[in-house]
Amino acid sequence: MSSIIIYTIITLSLLGAVAALVLYFVAQRFKVYEDPNIDLVEAELPAANCGGCGFAGCRNFAETLVKAETFDGLFCPVGGNETMSRIASVLGREAVTQEARVAVLRCNGTCEFRPKISKYDGTMSCAIASALYGGETGCNYGCLGFGDCVMVCNFDALHMDPVTGLPVVDDKKCTSCGACVKECPKDLFELRKRWKGDKKIYVACMNEDKGGVARKNCSVACIGCSKCFKVCPHDAIVMKNNLAFIDSVKCKLCRKCAPECPTNAILEFGLPIRKQPETINTQLINKEE
Amino acid sequence: MLKTFKKGGIHPPENKFSAHNGIRKLPLPGSVAILLSQHLGAPAKVIVNKGDEVKTGQLIATGEGFVSSNVHASVSGKIAKIDDVTDISGYRKQAVFIDVAGDEWIETIKRDNTLEKDIQLTGEEIIKKINEAGIVGLGGATFPTHVKLTVPRGKKAECLIINGVECEPYLTSDHSLMLEKGEEIIVGIQLLKKALNVPLAHIGIENNKPDAIVLMEKLAAEYKGIKVHALKVKYPQGGEKQLIKAITGREVPSGGLPVDVGVVAFNVGTVFAVYEAVQKNKPLFERVVTITGKTLSQPANFRVRIGTPISAVINAAGGIPGDTGKIVSGGPMMGKALSDPEVPVMKGTSGVLLFASGESARRNMLPCIRCAKCVSVCPMGLEPYLLMPLAQKNSFDRLEAEHVMDCIECGSCSYTCPADRPLLDFIRLGKSKVGRIIRTRKKQ
Amino acid sequence: MSNLLTVSPSPHIASEQSVSKMMYGVIISLVPAFLITLYVFGLGALVVTVISILSCVLAEMVIQQFILKTRISIGDGSAMVTGLLLAFNLPSNLPWWMVALGALFAIGIGKMTYGGLGNNPFNPALVGRVFLLISFPVQMTSWPLPVASRLQYVDAATGATPLGFLKEAVRGGVTVPEAMNQLPDHMQLFMGQMGGSLGEVSAVALIIGFFWLLYKRIITWHIPVSMIATIFIFTGILWLADPSKNASPVFHILTGGIMLGAIYMATDLVTSPMTKTGMFIYAVGIGLITVIIRVYGAYPEGVSFAILIMNAFVPLINKYIKPRRFGEEVKHG
Repeated sequence: MSSIIIYTIITLSLLGAVAALVLYFVAQRFKVYEDPNIDLVEAELPAANCGGCGFAGCRNFAETLVKAETFDGLFCPVGGNETMSRIASVLGREAVTQEARVAVLRCNGTCEFRPKISKYDGTMSCAIASALYGGETGCNYGCLGFGDCVMVCNFDALHMDPVTGLPVVDDKKCTSCGACVKECPKDLFELRKRWKGDKKIYVACMNEDKGGVARKNCSVACIGCSKCFKVCPHDAIVMKNNLAFIDSVKCKLCRKCAPECPTNAILEFGLPIRKQPETINTQLINKEE
Repeated sequence: MLKTFKKGGIHPPENKFSAHNGIRKLPLPGSVAILLSQHLGAPAKVIVNKGDEVKTGQLIATGEGFVSSNVHASVSGKIAKIDDVTDISGYRKQAVFIDVAGDEWIETIKRDNTLEKDIQLTGEEIIKKINEAGIVGLGGATFPTHVKLTVPRGKKAECLIINGVECEPYLTSDHSLMLEKGEEIIVGIQLLKKALNVPLAHIGIENNKPDAIVLMEKLAAEYKGIKVHALKVKYPQGGEKQLIKAITGREVPSGGLPVDVGVVAFNVGTVFAVYEAVQKNKPLFERVVTITGKTLSQPANFRVRIGTPISAVINAAGGIPGDTGKIVSGGPMMGKALSDPEVPVMKGTSGVLLFASGESARRNMLPCIRCAKCVSVCPMGLEPYLLMPLAQKNSFDRLEAEHVMDCIECGSCSYTCPADRPLLDFIRLGKSKVGRIIRTRKKQ
Repeated sequence: MSNLLTVSPSPHIASEQSVSKMMYGVIISLVPAFLITLYVFGLGALVVTVISILSCVLAEMVIQQFILKTRISIGDGSAMVTGLLLAFNLPSNLPWWMVALGALFAIGIGKMTYGGLGNNPFNPALVGRVFLLISFPVQMTSWPLPVASRLQYVDAATGATPLGFLKEAVRGGVTVPEAMNQLPDHMQLFMGQMGGSLGEVSAVALIIGFFWLLYKRIITWHIPVSMIATIFIFTGILWLADPSKNASPVFHILTGGIMLGAIYMATDLVTSPMTKTGMFIYAVGIGLITVIIRVYGAYPEGVSFAILIMNAFVPLINKYIKPRRFGEEVKHG
């Protein structure tokens, strides 16, 4: 080996060693003390950094949890009750539980039910379109179909159905983080109570126009007739602004309301098929999803 | 050297097809839908009921609060219903529907055509009459005029600027109004000067209307304190801030109002409405609307009653051409595309523009090539190429720091971009989100 | 369906300008220069130019289709422009495979790794050129004799460029006025009878192209004029200080890649600043660095390096040099 190579190796090794020593001492001198619990809590969190807890990422939430005295108002919707109870045992505090929820799109205005009356040629974004006008159909409240919600979902739980023109929620993947609720400019998403088997009953409409106008623009719109309200035995239905709303906590899935609806605006999922004459609407309602 | 604003601006083709076609009266439609909110501020509160008989010019809704405006019946007949109709915002809003029967006006209106030069009222009385007549800015912003004439405490108005620029391509309603009602406009200017107590008024007219410039100069020469300025043809010269800069050399400060530099500005249509209201006791219920487009057989300017469906205006100009793709209320740069031709004419409707299908189609966008054309055409000195990705990424702090709220939404950037990027779409989105944040912050 | 009205946000009209129109406008503006270079360097010029353009377009197409799997965008003409400008930076006797390699590097590394059109911080043609210069210094600095070597390609007879000759002469102790006697006069330099890369030679053809670009509103005058003025003033000061060691400013401007660099390379839209003030600072920087490299550096030619160095500063320039806002608050105290 020539002397150049030997000298190069020695010089570089010395330089490397000196640099390592300097780095070590600097790292010790400027070390920031962090409560070791933060790392433990962070390890329990799902590391999705979705912001569903209301904080800036899982680490930020972990810091908040460690500093907080109680867990009131602190909950990770992605990890759910299991994660929160594990964190509670790590920190030696009382666990909080919340009912499991899932995102639901309160609109069933498919291309078939809700005909288009204009063609939108602007940027394909729901936020931009809703600032411009009520949408390509006559219903000013319904889904615009440009997929801002799909873009914002961190968990791959939303996809556009090209046939219906509406986004579809994948219940298995949905973590009820609330991103779609915040994003939708029409406020169509709601986090509703999640039942076993993904059972759901809800009014798939947000239209506040008077019944005749609503029905003219969409054949499955809620016309505010109040028939569902009159039969509900659990006081779960509220009528406001020509629109029915089913409270998902009070609702016990007794199914008395759905057959009353003259426009089939109330959708049922995960429940046995009702015996009644097949119409186009009921075929779609009873699809096992 | 013609005066102009130095920063930015573009030169779209003028296409002023209806410039020399005069103003004709549009025949009354079968029914009108008069919207309760045709102005900035709170919607007016309706004071009539279904079934009432009303006369032309009768008050049917009163302004709610200071920044609001009265609304009057534009026709005589029976109120058919008070219901929702789609307006230019693209959403359904409340309106008074009147089935037209005859054309009986309220008795107080002087219907003769003689010029009323004498001004007997005080400034305060003039402002009161303007308020009662429901006059709003007819240039399109529809800001209630009596509010603009009430100068906030601590600020002083030094001069008046009259906007006869009409920089949007295709539109000719202001041009036609100046040619036919020039004398009345001059009297209107005198009324506004008295209301504001200012000695001087400037009229700005773009140089592509030489007949209007010559006429207004001749009429203004008979009075003291009215100057006419011919301005270089450049869009958006008609923008308030650009007009003030060109005529006075002063820049309205960021976030400020024209009165901060001593100026109050009005559109010529508004000035004419002021004349009619104060001198003839005529409230605002009709206005000049240009109906135009490359495919239209008879582009024209019509005097239209508020609430007339736009389809009636199109029919009077030869009917809707078969391959119409887009109907725009306003001009091609800042106007609103309509989803429905039954949208009624409102106080701020300056024109109706028809495009053939494909004529106004958007092209596919390419990546930004950083050519900086958007920066060089922006009249407010902003950087649209930067504001668009910031709005896409929801970087609200940076958007506010880059002064997105200064944007006047003139559209010069989107017009110019060679990569066909929808710059203004995202800047508008950024403005609305940042605006909401600022309002929430101010409340705390 | 066809009876539905179209609704979109304003504005509803757009100018006729497009990216491909601008790119093809640049190509058209280079036609006079190309014709002159065909006359001066003949076969070599043709081969190098064609291979460079084809390789750039092919490289972009292959990378987009098979590696990035995105939409193929060669239709916008930007790869063609890179190919043409890269060729204009090369000697006409460069072997075809080196040209192709340079093109692949220019498009692949200089443009595609950053995300394609609009995202590259460095001028891709210059990235390719500098890569070739560093990798193949001998072949990249052997310049075919003008006119005499027209019918030959790789085996063309070579000689030094005026700048190279001058640098060697001054190093060897010859004074500048003596050396100038052996070089073409100013008019010959202006018209294009000198050695150099394909695009360096004819100032007059490049200036014709410049006016075409201005007329078509593809570039503005700020960068070329500022850059050339800076070089003129700086070399003028040096020349007045010591005419025996420094050439005249007119000589400097007409030789080497200054004309090509000022009009076509520094004005590349993607890699130049976004405001007029920023462009001025950028161009002055390029001018200063070019002269420093030429006078004090080892290379006789400095424009390529100067432009690449200033390209690195452009994001900084864009961050701090903002256009003056309308109604900007006046700062007090």
